[in-house]
Amino acid sequence: MGNGAVSLSQISKRFPGGTQALRDLSFSVAPGEFAALLGPSGCGKSTALRIAAGLLAPDAGTVTRDTNDIGFVFQDPTLMPWADALTNARLPLDLKHVARGEANDRTAAALKRVGLGGFEHAYPRELSGGMKMRVSLARALAAQPKLLLLDEPFAALDEITRNALGDDLLRLWREDGLTVLFVTHSVSESSFLASRVLVMSPRPGSITADLALPPGRDSRLAPATIDAQRRISAALNTALAA
Amino acid sequence: MRRAFDIALPLLLAAALLGLWEWTVAAKQIPPYVLPAPSAIARAFAENFGSLMEALLSTLTVTLEAFVAATVLGVATATLFAQSRTMERMLYPYAVILQVTPVVAIAPLILIWVGFDHINLALVIIATIVAFFPILAGTTLGLKSADFNLIDLTRLYGASRLQTLWRIRLPGALPYLLSGMKTAGGLALIGAVVAEFVAGSGTATGLAWRIVESGNRLEIATLFAALALLAFTGVLIFAALSLLEWALLRRWHESAIRQS
Ligand SMILES: Nc1ncnc2c1ncn2[C@@H]1O[C@H](COP(=O)(O)OP(=O)(O)OP(=O)(O)O)[C@@H](O)[C@H]1O
Ligand SMILES: [Mg+2]
Repeated sequence: MGNGAVSLSQISKRFPGGTQALRDLSFSVAPGEFAALLGPSGCGKSTALRIAAGLLAPDAGTVTRDTNDIGFVFQDPTLMPWADALTNARLPLDLKHVARGEANDRTAAALKRVGLGGFEHAYPRELSGGMKMRVSLARALAAQPKLLLLDEPFAALDEITRNALGDDLLRLWREDGLTVLFVTHSVSESSFLASRVLVMSPRPGSITADLALPPGRDSRLAPATIDAQRRISAALNTALAA
Repeated sequence: MRRAFDIALPLLLAAALLGLWEWTVAAKQIPPYVLPAPSAIARAFAENFGSLMEALLSTLTVTLEAFVAATVLGVATATLFAQSRTMERMLYPYAVILQVTPVVAIAPLILIWVGFDHINLALVIIATIVAFFPILAGTTLGLKSADFNLIDLTRLYGASRLQTLWRIRLPGALPYLLSGMKTAGGLALIGAVVAEFVAGSGTATGLAWRIVESGNRLEIATLFAALALLAFTGVLIFAALSLLEWALLRRWHESAIRQS
């Protein structure tokens, strides 16, 4: 099965329009790590994540993943509007032909874990933006992935909701011991959530800094968190100046 | 309150127009073979009630059979297109040709090919051709409008094409299909009427035939009664399909939510 490690080596990708999105991009995420992929808008983070998931083929380079149990959370909730929260979150299990009864139990548990117990039969239009994002997270968790890939999942939310969902994510990561690759352009978000930050520079996208963050960042305002923020900002500035 | 108003307003207009019509015919002494009064039409309707209902049943049967056939064929063809771009590129032009060629022009051919001893089958085929395109066009657009990220998600979980079609593409296409069906319902009726006209009297037994026959005999009041029945049927078909649309979409689709 494997433990959720993923590694990209010498990846290049040029889009049909002529944009060289990535060039010689290499990084690897170890099992159980919470890695943040940080960079300015348009630097190729989404492209790199889609390549890591196997949704997009690179022009050159190799992707190695030791698991196919992947959960993916998009920037938008990406729910089926015609289905209730339970059916939406159950989609991965349905596609894998898991028996209905078991699938319902596992999905209901996943919804409960993201704080949506009691909303199983609500339709997406009856849910707030943050709640829809939670359904999307529950859907990724319901299949019990080894590797969780998230593309700026909380970017469209207000700060209060964003922090609450960030806390949820951190708790789930600790409980499940899964590997997380988290795309973001927020320095403060990555400084608190991630155990490792990969800084990307634009045009063409490649990794310019790889920072391991020490433990002890117990809150968003802990000295260790603030210190991590300073380091990440400096690395980002260097990446942008280059 | 607003709904009552929505219903009352057109009815009020109808009453006013009918009153004006009745009065004009009486005041100007318009001969009944040019324009019969509404009361005369009502009388003709009551006198010919049995035969008119028989004619309606005949036209309605053709309409419904054509509508069902067009829906099944349209959805099947659109699904085929969604699965194979080659098929779509190869066949879509012919669907368009079928759509833009006036059905009156091909109807005689179809009648000859199918044969006058299978007149009803010929009528159904003609009406199906008329109703087919909006279903095909609507469903094709709907199947293509699927959320790309949702499709990617199904790929991530190793879904087969059939699973993606069934779970993502077809439900997403439902609003488009229903909108196509609303257009197709009316077109199936028009197609059935046109087909009867082309088939001519003696063979067909529907409302169109009654209209032609009444016209030939200068029974203009009966002609109007048949015409009114036809229009009413068209409205009824549209209303029934709108109701179906609302019932299926009311939980989730924007179009149905804003109405409620
Ligand atoms: N399908 C596509 N066709 C052509 N060019 C594309 C496509 N997708 C992305 N690009 C280009 O590739 C580059 C990287 O895009 P990508 O979406 O990976 O950036 P990003 O880092 O995720 O940005 P953001 O933070 O704004 O989401 C951009 O310059 C973009 O214009
Ligand atoms: Mg992006």
